[in-house]
Amino acid sequence: MIHAEHLTKDYGLFRAVDDVSFRVQPGEIVGLLGPNGSGKTTIMRMLTGFFAPTSGSCSIAGIDIAGDPRQARRMIGYLPERVALYPDMSVQGFLAFIAKVRGVEGRVQGAVDEAMEVCGLTSMAKRQIGKLSKGYRQRVGIAQAIIHQPRVLILDEPTVGLDPRQIVDIRSLIRTLSGLATVLLSTHILPEVSVTCGRVLILDKGQVIAEDSVEGLTEKTAGRGETLVRVSGAEPDILAAVRSTAGVEEVEVLERSRGGVLALAVRSARGGAVRSHLVRALVDGGWSVHEVSPRLMSLEELFVDILERAGRGEHRP
Amino acid sequence: MMGAIRPFCALLAKELRGFFASPLVYFVGAVFLALSGYYFYTNLNAFITFGFGESIVEHLWQRLYADIVRVVITVIPLVTMGVFAEEKHLGTVELLYTTPLRDFEIFAAKFLACMAVFVVIVGSTVLYPVLIYRIEPFDSSSLASVYLGLLLLIGAMVSVGIFLSSLTETQLIAAMFTYGAVLLLWNLSWNEAAVPGDLLGIVTQLCAFDHFEPFGRGVIDMKDVCYFVAIITLMGWLTMRSMESRQWRGRR
Repeated sequence: MIHAEHLTKDYGLFRAVDDVSFRVQPGEIVGLLGPNGSGKTTIMRMLTGFFAPTSGSCSIAGIDIAGDPRQARRMIGYLPERVALYPDMSVQGFLAFIAKVRGVEGRVQGAVDEAMEVCGLTSMAKRQIGKLSKGYRQRVGIAQAIIHQPRVLILDEPTVGLDPRQIVDIRSLIRTLSGLATVLLSTHILPEVSVTCGRVLILDKGQVIAEDSVEGLTEKTAGRGETLVRVSGAEPDILAAVRSTAGVEEVEVLERSRGGVLALAVRSARGGAVRSHLVRALVDGGWSVHEVSPRLMSLEELFVDILERAGRGEHRP
Repeated sequence: MMGAIRPFCALLAKELRGFFASPLVYFVGAVFLALSGYYFYTNLNAFITFGFGESIVEHLWQRLYADIVRVVITVIPLVTMGVFAEEKHLGTVELLYTTPLRDFEIFAAKFLACMAVFVVIVGSTVLYPVLIYRIEPFDSSSLASVYLGLLLLIGAMVSVGIFLSSLTETQLIAAMFTYGAVLLLWNLSWNEAAVPGDLLGIVTQLCAFDHFEPFGRGVIDMKDVCYFVAIITLMGWLTMRSMESRQWRGRR
């Protein structure tokens, strides 16, 4: 549904996107994951025809963006990174405007009502956009992206700046939409992709450095077999007990909090099996155990890991 | 066919709403009408007092509408400054540029919306000749020519303002540059003695005043009509190039 072939974009001397190729099949939800400045927004702007690529090409549903931009744009619903709306329009008025501009055929009011319903905006229909909370504005942004029932949805950081409750709402909204359209979304939050996406493209410095299913990514992030232990008690005794637990290879003290809680990273060959031994050892020792959990990698650590595996470790300090 | 122009009409309606639902246009209109009313009163008074047998009706229009243009020049930047600059500032250009609208349609909708504002504001000045007509009927064909000239002149100045608005995201910068450009366009041949003889021909050809002035005398010359149409076309073309520059400049 989305084909990107060797996309490259230069801003003057700075290469923001470097030879990126990928395909998204119909009905998929694909995440672009990468730190800020890795080229996610630029790729999306090229896919929507807002920017022309320096070289390379992309097509939406078989229609080349550069060749027939108007037809291609009709198929796309786009939520820009900076959700920009006209503050003095009402939710309803704005959506009706977007529906007409995007060429919704037939009854515009029907499309507006439906989009408001899907995004939970019906009670805000007459409210001025400038007076909405950030979460509702984000919903209006999504509503305008889906109003013409596009076959492709491009969402640039759809949950950024929202409170946890709103994030949950928007994520479930995106999952509902997946039945209707092919979705490409970007994020720099690692857990976000595992919750919403089926497949992930990992970007760094404008290049795709890895492509994986969410299961594969989850495995990778847990892959080091590290366990996080938070326990309070005398440090030397605890360390000695942990080190002598069967299967433990290495122990690192991550943090000593003021309350006397010690955070340890325990590396072991068999993560899951060691955890039960650890708990028993600590409880038997009489220390109070606050947490024992698989230690997931942060996005930064995942990057270092991927780059190291790809033999590009020297790229990062 | 209807389907093809519906997006354009929607944008035009949004632009019109943007103007007429915000207070700016009403303040601009109020100041404009107060000043042009004052000019009408003083010009009429001067002609009645010192008419020296001139055809009051004929010469009054020339004076009056030159004065009105002066007010038009001061208000044009206020109307055009936000046209693109505000969309850029809000970030809504990204929304606009990723709709199936053509760049030309975007320019045309914004241009027509600005013109609608001036048709309403400047159209209200028809009241002055109507008042005189009721006292002393006159041949109204020269008046029609004045209003055609005004429409063309305002069209040219609005297109300059829209182009300059497309270059920046700061409305005040757009307004200041528009004011400078529009005033210079009007005053280019102001002091003919200061222009070297061989340049004078070019300068008067470029000066909006020299092309507007015949309309005030009831003379509609194709040369003058073409001058204004050419400026609108050139500015429209430049605005579209400026819109396109997003493609190669990157960033907004």
